[in-house]
Amino acid sequence: MNKSKEELGIIATQVRRDILRMVCMAKSGHPGGSMSSTDFLTALYFNEMSHDPATWTRSGKGQDMFILSAGHMTPVYYSILSRCGYFPVSELASFRQMGTRLQGHPSVRKNLPGVFQASGSLGQGLSAAAGAALGKKLDKDNHLVWCLCGDGESEEGQIWEAGMFAAHHKLDNLIAMTDWNGKQIDGPVDEVAGEGDLAAKWDAWGWRVIVAEGHDFDSIAKAFELAKAGAGSGQPTMILFKTEMGHGVDFMAGTHKWHGSVPKPEQLEDALKQLGETPLGDF
Amino acid sequence: MKKYIDTGKKDTRSGFGAGLLIAAQADERIVALTADLKGSLKMDAFAAEFPERFFQCGIAEANMVGAAAGLAITGKIPFIGSFAEFVTGRVYDQLRQEVAYGNTNVKIASSHAGITLGEDGATHQTMEDIALMRALPGMVVLNPCDYNQTLQATLAAARYDGPVYLRFGRPAVPNFTPADEPFVIGKAVVLNEGADVTLLATGHTVWEALQAAETLEAEGIAAEVIDLATIKPLDEAAILTSARKTGAVVVAEEHNLAGGLGEAVAGVLALHCPTPMEFVNGADRFGQSGTPSALMAAYGIDAPHIADAARKAVGRK
Repeated sequence: MNKSKEELGIIATQVRRDILRMVCMAKSGHPGGSMSSTDFLTALYFNEMSHDPATWTRSGKGQDMFILSAGHMTPVYYSILSRCGYFPVSELASFRQMGTRLQGHPSVRKNLPGVFQASGSLGQGLSAAAGAALGKKLDKDNHLVWCLCGDGESEEGQIWEAGMFAAHHKLDNLIAMTDWNGKQIDGPVDEVAGEGDLAAKWDAWGWRVIVAEGHDFDSIAKAFELAKAGAGSGQPTMILFKTEMGHGVDFMAGTHKWHGSVPKPEQLEDALKQLGETPLGDF
Repeated sequence: MKKYIDTGKKDTRSGFGAGLLIAAQADERIVALTADLKGSLKMDAFAAEFPERFFQCGIAEANMVGAAAGLAITGKIPFIGSFAEFVTGRVYDQLRQEVAYGNTNVKIASSHAGITLGEDGATHQTMEDIALMRALPGMVVLNPCDYNQTLQATLAAARYDGPVYLRFGRPAVPNFTPADEPFVIGKAVVLNEGADVTLLATGHTVWEALQAAETLEAEGIAAEVIDLATIKPLDEAAILTSARKTGAVVVAEEHNLAGGLGEAVAGVLALHCPTPMEFVNGADRFGQSGTPSALMAAYGIDAPHIADAARKAVGRK
């Protein structure tokens, strides 16, 4: 797939509409981080990952794999998976409902195509991604393993255990991304448990580090190009995407208050108006 | 009663190490990970023969669980090894999400389980691990009794498709089960038939139960000894058949009462065949430093305590 940045922009707008409509229909969910991750995840799935929904299996054989370590970002994850063709877009309406395949946090027990591993309890997905990258090395499968972490999530010690492990085992087929929006449930990351310079930390951990603007498709594309060039380097890569929680809707942008809160009906109407309709259409 | 011969004391963890190597020679999907306890887990032979399939994780057990899950997703069969406490209680949430809920084909090799870890003391002696692992939906829980059975249980765990908790120990203990007896997950092994009392045991307590049965035989009490090496799924049919025959049941385990084999058996009997029961276990306590045999005696988990419990159970019929 090779979408222009205009096309990516249209998809991202539709994904943000999906996110807001999903959480409003479910009256629960996590729109904030979903909206900060929307642009680079859209670029990842539509332009960068080597994957084919039609032949997808959980083993990931012959394809790139993606593990959502920050499992609460299911709204953006499910929207993009469905918009890529992993399952019908209409199924987004079942998000968080009884019996749904679209569980509040990703589940592998509902046979939802595209989901490789359960996540939700934070800090664990990067370890699973590192293990999958090891598995690909053993299989001499040159495809990549991608993983998305939150910056708040990176307060979990296991993230740093995984960082040590991936560098030690030279997992240069592992590309992790951090949605560096600076916000978490209780407030700004700097106020809750300041992490300092994440770029310096990952560098010290022995990773290749790329810092990019997470809402600029040129910067995103360049970051992915640099990241992919790490194959053969003997080092895993971390892309730190500088983003804004709730990006795309003025009253949601830049505040932690929308991490796990849902707009009221009149706020949804306002938000959808701000985003505008797209030719892709709502689910 | 049927005579069991100790063919020479061996640690059950060495049975695991030997089984891991044999399983790996037959199946290239098998990989092994440890958190800086390769020697303690007896993974040396595997690591020497298959260096490219052995992954040292350092002292970082949480990541080890997740990495194993990732390897399993790609089709590998990972065995993760550490001391029982550090591969259960320390990483419970990781086992829950990445292995049990994530339904990944990970085998948890849990060594130095129970109080017989000995001199290192209570921080390293878990008496709660069976409870934790039993509580996880779908987790198979195995606790073989000697070197031979642990080797066979390791082969069975490798063949089984799904999460398995494989519990074994540190000290050299009598090796008495047949070397070539295949391990069947979910199947109890009747070691001795008897009509007066049922002794259900698991792990190191199986040999103790056999010793107790000999003592009881001299007193005219015929004890049926059953090895419950599979704690989950429990062989309910075997338990009920024996309980209906003897009318008195003792459950012995190197574990505390809460959530252990005793409570699992009590649940089965309460539903289908209420029977006088006695428990032999560590009660509700932490361990302490000491030799394995001194600790088993002090915590009331050895043959004399099993015999006492049997007399009590028979007396309640």
